[in-house]
Amino acid sequence: MRLAIRDALATMRKAPLLSLLSVTTIAFSLFAFALFGLVALNIKRALERVEERVEIRAFVADGTRIEDIARAADEIARYSEVQSATIVTREQALERARAELGEFSDVFEPGVLPASIDVRMRPGFRDPRNVEAISSRIRTFDFVDDVRYGAEWIAQLHKLRNIAGATGIALGVAFAVVAVIIIGATIRMTVLARSTEIGIMRLVGATDAFIRRPFLIEGFVKGILGGMLALAFTWIAAAVLEHYLNFQALFFDNRLVAFGLAGGALIGLFGSAFAVGRHLKRV
Amino acid sequence: MIQFFNVSKEYPRSGLALSDATFRLHKGEFAFLTGPSGAGKSTILRLAYFEERPTNGEVRVSGVSSDEMSRRAVAKLRRRLGIVFQDFRLLEDRTAEGNVAFALEVTGTRRDQIAPRVNRVLTQVGLASKFKAYPSELSGGEQQRVAIARALVNDPVVLIADEPTGNLDERATRGVFQLLRDINASGTAVLMATHNLDLVRRTDYRTIEMDAGRIVHDGAFRGSDVRTAT
Repeated sequence: MRLAIRDALATMRKAPLLSLLSVTTIAFSLFAFALFGLVALNIKRALERVEERVEIRAFVADGTRIEDIARAADEIARYSEVQSATIVTREQALERARAELGEFSDVFEPGVLPASIDVRMRPGFRDPRNVEAISSRIRTFDFVDDVRYGAEWIAQLHKLRNIAGATGIALGVAFAVVAVIIIGATIRMTVLARSTEIGIMRLVGATDAFIRRPFLIEGFVKGILGGMLALAFTWIAAAVLEHYLNFQALFFDNRLVAFGLAGGALIGLFGSAFAVGRHLKRV
Repeated sequence: MIQFFNVSKEYPRSGLALSDATFRLHKGEFAFLTGPSGAGKSTILRLAYFEERPTNGEVRVSGVSSDEMSRRAVAKLRRRLGIVFQDFRLLEDRTAEGNVAFALEVTGTRRDQIAPRVNRVLTQVGLASKFKAYPSELSGGEQQRVAIARALVNDPVVLIADEPTGNLDERATRGVFQLLRDINASGTAVLMATHNLDLVRRTDYRTIEMDAGRIVHDGAFRGSDVRTAT
């Protein structure tokens, strides 16, 4: 293994231009993928923020005792799909309506708005089916007069989210495939550059595993270096966008950074394994 | 040592390269493989070091059969063979010493054993003063000696040489050939393909003569009967 590491590093030193070319090719392929990932991440976050506003409002009949409302709210809050169930008294409802309507706040007379239980859904349960199901359950309480949740708006939002998700996956896969193909071709160049050496190795009795090892190490190192460079490019691009477009972009968290670096290393590793494997099959 | 049993080799594009070849190279023997270009000499050698599989028949080398060879078995077998080519096949970015050491490194030889073994074979082939020279700094004859040293360093049971003097002038040819004879005299079998009938004439070694993919003669050199190599 020590020999393989020495050999891999020596090869990178001996052909610095080719090594630089493959690292930058890997970096730019991953950069394109990372930029797309960053856009997808920000769209996802924006949609999640909109989804946070998904709310079911259950209006309570006049004269219902506050204890009954509180008991129902507790029960609703325990549903696994529900994040919170908050009681809004008639007074609070009036106050909120007045705050929302601003200059028209005097159109509401005290006592005209009913009390309600405002229910927020947990992330992942904010789709029309779950919202409808919870609404139906809430309707079964005797003192609930009406349940509103903006069915049409939620359906549209859900559709938008599905379209964004499907487009994201399709584009993501396409970017990843293009990255793998470009990286594979680059690594293949380094394998071909050493084909004489591989031929001699085979003649003197090197096993395929022995021949493959330095290439795998080289691919792994180049993948990590390319991944780091791609992350740096993406960070710079995000900073430039923020600066010039005055747009607060969300950047990858540590988990996604680690995932990106591991992805680069794996693409380098498997790209090398594939390229050298193909070459060995032919010689 | 090397045994061919009714071996044929056919390539999809160029057709039959070897037809029904049967011969045996014994331990410690020296044999020439002669014949015009395209006669099948290199095919026999490639089959002998398992670079090719026979289309029909069986090749056995040092107990390993072409019928059951895996890539790993072939790699292991080649450590017991020495292979030399007309074009030397040296690594240009390694010194003479580095090229020979390479054959030991790739077979997992312990580092402390590499230098003494490399020194021994480079001295044996007459390159004691050229350890640190790169191939581009060596003459053709010297490069071939490095290639032979690389072939010898694993103490092969047989040395397979494909036109080893093909790129050399007469003086270098004589030197390399003498080296191969010395190696043979120390007990290593040698199978050498050559166009150079002067070399063949100079000895009483066994000659396997090829023509159009067939062995047409196997025995002592036939002198003027032999077809002129092209």
